[in-house]
Amino acid sequence: MSGGFVSRGFGGKRRAPDDLRDRLPPGQYLEGGFPVLTAGPTPTVETADWSFRIDGMVANPTEWNWQQFNALPAEEIPCDIHCVTKWSKLDTSFRGVSLDTLLEAVEPLDAFAMAHSYGGYTTNHSLEDLSDGRAWIVTEHEGEPLPREHGGPARLLVPHLYFWKSAKWIAGLRVSDHDEPGFWEANGYHRRGDPWQEQRYWTD
Amino acid sequence: MSALTAVEQRAPGGWQIATVEAIRVETPRVKSYRLRPPLWMPHLPGQHYEVRLTAPDGYTAQRSYSVASSPLEEGVVELTVDRLDDGEVSTYFHDVLVEGDQVEVRGPFASYFVWRGESPTLLVGGGSGVVPLMSMLRHRRLTALELPMRLLYSARSAEDVIYADELGADAVVTLTRSAPPDWNGPTGRIDAELVARVAYDSGPAFVCGTDPFVEAATALLLAAGYSPERVRTERFGPTG
Ligand SMILES: Cc1cc2nc3c(=O)[nH]c(=O)nc-3n(C[C@H](O)[C@H](O)[C@H](O)COP(=O)(O)OP(=O)(O)OC[C@H]3O[C@@H](n4cnc5c(N)ncnc54)[C@H](O)[C@@H]3O)c2cc1C
Repeated sequence: MSGGFVSRGFGGKRRAPDDLRDRLPPGQYLEGGFPVLTAGPTPTVETADWSFRIDGMVANPTEWNWQQFNALPAEEIPCDIHCVTKWSKLDTSFRGVSLDTLLEAVEPLDAFAMAHSYGGYTTNHSLEDLSDGRAWIVTEHEGEPLPREHGGPARLLVPHLYFWKSAKWIAGLRVSDHDEPGFWEANGYHRRGDPWQEQRYWTD
Repeated sequence: MSALTAVEQRAPGGWQIATVEAIRVETPRVKSYRLRPPLWMPHLPGQHYEVRLTAPDGYTAQRSYSVASSPLEEGVVELTVDRLDDGEVSTYFHDVLVEGDQVEVRGPFASYFVWRGESPTLLVGGGSGVVPLMSMLRHRRLTALELPMRLLYSARSAEDVIYADELGADAVVTLTRSAPPDWNGPTGRIDAELVARVAYDSGPAFVCGTDPFVEAATALLLAAGYSPERVRTERFGPTG
């Protein structure tokens, strides 16, 4: 450990204002923009081809197409988001359907889920992290349709975890009885990714 | 530093205090830093380290930096840092750090944007996006020169070309803003024609740079016949 180390000549330039400081998890800085992070090329998914499906260990596997999905009760989600590459964006907002609503329809029989996306991306979750008003499938960002580079037409939103957990271009959830690593989780990043515990990498 | 078990020494988890062994000026905006961490472990070309700066009052700033060196350079981690004028950590590197200073780091991390000996391999970099690609190029030169690997590298001007004296026949450099009169390489942004010159029929492409650079380059690769699975990207920053 290196407790007490001070970087010679470092004063710090990007201190958050006092009133925002306790909203920044450790090691994060405030970012005004909305940077893009994607492992490969940005997929194009037309709403006509889009659907969202929950299957696996559930009582009622269900698929919603764009029209059916948009008929579900949606809500505005004001939130802060935290990217593992260190930026945090405060007071942003999305609009979408709570996963509580979607999970209620399928009746999950087990405790874990793999989120999978158009383009092949995956990320693992416990259903605990996806329920109780803490996770959504969102189709709008700050009043506009979700841009393609940020996961449009629809992405998962789990703002209490690092943002790679909020899979873009979401296609579905597969419920299972065990927790398997998803894409970044198999490539060195933490299984759960709680920013407040600074769970960035495997060993954190 | 307390004693670490053998496993802890090998896990890339812990913060450690590395010494700045040498600083090399690459371009007016870019310098390379040879760091020597006490518990060095070999990285995969393309992996990155975390750097943490701590102010006297405990305030910290953390950023990621790709390793530029080959893991065959034992004991050493070379980072190459582009100076952003209003940046917090990159300006500290450029304006404060001198040889002999200490800097807190941990790594190496992530295992997706890494070269594991696949071939043929195409590397496409913009600006400081060339850094992780240079680790791949250097490592391949030291280990398996027979494996085809090419770098397509976009820089603003001749003086902005990082690692200029190490780029040989395996690199195509294009200058986007200005080129000296004696420049006989390509100029302008990477386009379909340049991509066609370097593309391979098989094997991966590693694309690294700012987000707009990566978007443009990956679109050209897909148009040139690369399937999305063959294209791995790393994005350093929001703007160009
Ligand atoms: C995996 C990974 C590897 C990286 N490897 C390298 C590397 O090898 N070399 C390197 O120089 N950088 C690299 N970066 C970027 C690096 O982590 C920092 O983001 C960068 O040095 C800026 O930090 P800063 O503290 O100086 O600026 P900050 O104080 O964070 O930012 C200053 C301002 O500039 C903006 N900004 C941030 N990044 C950029 C950018 N690239 N271009 C223009 N504006 C920007 C910010 O939005 C902010 O407004 C890497 C990033 C990642 C995620």
